[in-house]
Amino acid sequence: MILTTAAWIAGTLLSLAAVLVIVRLMRGPSILERAIAMDVLLAIIMAALCVDMAVNHHLNHMAFVVVACVVGFIGTVTISRYVTDRRNT
Amino acid sequence: MPDPGLWATLRDVTTAVFLVVGSLMSLTAAVGMLRFPDLMSRMHAATKPQVLGLLLLLGAVALQIGSWSAVPVLVLAWLLQLVTAPVSAHMVGRAGYRTKHLRRAMLVNDDLGAVVEQSAERERGRASGPPAREPGQT
Repeated sequence: MILTTAAWIAGTLLSLAAVLVIVRLMRGPSILERAIAMDVLLAIIMAALCVDMAVNHHLNHMAFVVVACVVGFIGTVTISRYVTDRRNT
Repeated sequence: MPDPGLWATLRDVTTAVFLVVGSLMSLTAAVGMLRFPDLMSRMHAATKPQVLGLLLLLGAVALQIGSWSAVPVLVLAWLLQLVTAPVSAHMVGRAGYRTKHLRRAMLVNDDLGAVVEQSAERERGRASGPPAREPGQT
């Protein structure tokens, strides 16, 4: 009972957060801001999967959470690397 | 030893608190992303759900699974995030500083300025050096 209530509250907070981050993703003046916003959006998706795992007592999404960490990291580093290179040459 | 019902309730209450606070971290980061004025301060807001929020939510999962066999994977996920978040933040900050995506007026102290200026000076010297010297030698 209390878990279901917590899941609803957490879901509302996470949805609101996702909407705000997507607004920043669309507005973001530079590509670096968009990269950070994508990182935060990925963190929010991971958080939602964790909420689902905790409420429904399973570990099915765990692999996705681990892989999402690495993929988000590689994406952000690649983007910022290219930004640096283009300005230097 | 209290009865098992109390433990179950305690576990559920702790999980609920973890879930709500962890989600609140995500919302904080999103509000920060939207409201803060420049790249550096937005980066500052962005790391909250990645480290503390994920820790709380993974803790909630561990509490609900209630078995030690799940803990190594959860720790692995959190450690990966803990190791990669500073590196990607460093790369974004580095690129942001060098492409002037920051507000000078908001900086209290700029330790990187002199180093970057020196390095740029050296780059310029190396780029213009050989062509300038060759006509003089011949």
